[in-house]
Amino acid sequence: MDRPADPPGTAGIVTRLLRDRRAGFGATVLMIVTLAAAAAPLVSGGNPAEQHDIVATRFLPPLATDHAGAFHPLGTDRFGRDLWTRLVYGARVSLTVGGLAVLLSVAIGVLVGGVAGYRSGPVSTLLLAVTDFALAVPRVVLLLLLAALTQPSAALVIIVLGLTGWMSVARLVHGEVRSLAARPFVEGAVALGLARGRVLIRHILPNALTPVIVSAALGLGNAIMLEAGLSFLGLGVQPPTPSWGNMIASGRDTLVNAPWVAAAPGVALVLVVVACTLLGDAVQDSLDPTRRMQTAR
Amino acid sequence: MLAHLGARALAGALVVAGVVTLTFLLVHAAPGDPVERLLGPTATAGQLAAQRRALGLDRSLPAQYAIWVGRFARGDWGRSIATGRPVRALLGDAVPPTVLLVASSLALSYLIGLAVGAWQAGADPRVDTALSVVTVTLFALPGYWLGLMLVMAFTYAAHWLPAFGATGIAADALSGWSRLADRLRHLALPLTTLTLIGIGGAARFARGAMRDVRSQPFVTTAEAKGLTSFQVTRRHVARNALIPLVTLLGLSLPALFSGAVFVEAVFAWPGVGRRLVEAVQARDYPVVMAATVVTAVLVVAGNLLADVAVAWIDPRIRRGPRAS
Repeated sequence: MDRPADPPGTAGIVTRLLRDRRAGFGATVLMIVTLAAAAAPLVSGGNPAEQHDIVATRFLPPLATDHAGAFHPLGTDRFGRDLWTRLVYGARVSLTVGGLAVLLSVAIGVLVGGVAGYRSGPVSTLLLAVTDFALAVPRVVLLLLLAALTQPSAALVIIVLGLTGWMSVARLVHGEVRSLAARPFVEGAVALGLARGRVLIRHILPNALTPVIVSAALGLGNAIMLEAGLSFLGLGVQPPTPSWGNMIASGRDTLVNAPWVAAAPGVALVLVVVACTLLGDAVQDSLDPTRRMQTAR
Repeated sequence: MLAHLGARALAGALVVAGVVTLTFLLVHAAPGDPVERLLGPTATAGQLAAQRRALGLDRSLPAQYAIWVGRFARGDWGRSIATGRPVRALLGDAVPPTVLLVASSLALSYLIGLAVGAWQAGADPRVDTALSVVTVTLFALPGYWLGLMLVMAFTYAAHWLPAFGATGIAADALSGWSRLADRLRHLALPLTTLTLIGIGGAARFARGAMRDVRSQPFVTTAEAKGLTSFQVTRRHVARNALIPLVTLLGLSLPALFSGAVFVEAVFAWPGVGRRLVEAVQARDYPVVMAATVVTAVLVVAGNLLADVAVAWIDPRIRRGPRAS
């Protein structure tokens, strides 16, 4: 309680984040996975669909070397494909789909929340009602409904995840904008005769965006998990393109004799989602002065 | 209090109405002609037109909507394209297993999650950090993957528990206790999967809510007047932390149902989620539409129960609308 106050402003937030072990862990994991995905041809066998002699190379356990001398750190699947290579190329799919979906949902959420927060009257009421409505519908059910109506593909998964994930961002932005709109600097901007849209975009939204980072970090973990879920059910990214979800699905039939096929992508998935959650928690605590003292460790 | 709950019930009804409308519009906006799919590639133009008229698909969209809503409200949900069974019977059979799974998992995960969160809120920082690592990992586990791992351990390796279904093959021949035991053995793995994930979320919420209450001045007062730490936690902290927790319990229902969809699919649990996944994979639109609406109704009903519980716990709502 008698600790000196942290320095105010953004510098304080960054300092606190750097001191937070959760942020360190989350950022490190995400960075390693992103780098591995970006440099996939360099850190792996280079071709996730590469097959050799199926009978000789299928279901090799982790750390095995096949007859041709190729090393398989995570073993091989039923077609003799190297699991590590597939995992790294799957990370490309998971991160791209998750990242783009979160970008889309943040864009929609900021737009809806910003307009609903700055306008009053029927527009705001309607937008908030739509947000509450969308929050009350189970997201997976909506995803399945949309997946049933179209041919599954990665692009569709991005759009669908984006369209079903914007509500929490909208809620956050709405609250921020409402409180910012009453502040003197906004009054000043309005008194200077700026158009309402310009006040919203130039003066209010930039100040309302920090909590959106939290939502985006949590949303990324969620989107990656849902993409994997859809692909697991065969309604997302289609084989032979590797995705962590369809890799888990392909290991499902061989749980007894080759458990590593399903285990490896699952562990990767859990690591990434944990990293996103911890990073989001750390950013949230660094932004929230009442929690800072209690939880930032 | 009644006015408050009435408003919540009205909002819930509007959500259901919205889901019904959205489902209808999405299915009708979908590419592909359902009549062509129904009759196959050999159908003539005349047959197509006749079938379209028979199904009422030649009418305007608003008219079709009115007819569909009217039939749906009367309980005529059509027939499954894939199995030919009436949709209502198909889903009616599926609701009790889903409610059993979701409700028992919700109760268990909140009881355990609350205990863990309360423990963390008052614990030594190291214990707190260690438990946080556990809960965040549980929270991040995909249900279908955790399910597969549990099947690997408890079915294939240990041969303890069955991996799928709600009853064994010989269930009809069993009676009394052995029948109940058979049910429980089949419930064990799906329930454990869903509950473990639920504990992660509930404990994280509970820890946050308890910590927020703990920093309030009235807790300092309670400590200052000499109450033991157990009394402070039970009488002052837990009771006040319960309000946001019960609200969150209602809000977490959609996520729980989402999780149940995957878990039901992995364990072949005969619930609404599995029916929905099967119907989606078979493009069985009547079942998809009805299952979506049924899930929405279950979620809204659960939310209303949470609202009633909050109103019952929170005297500010219980005693009248003014004091909120």
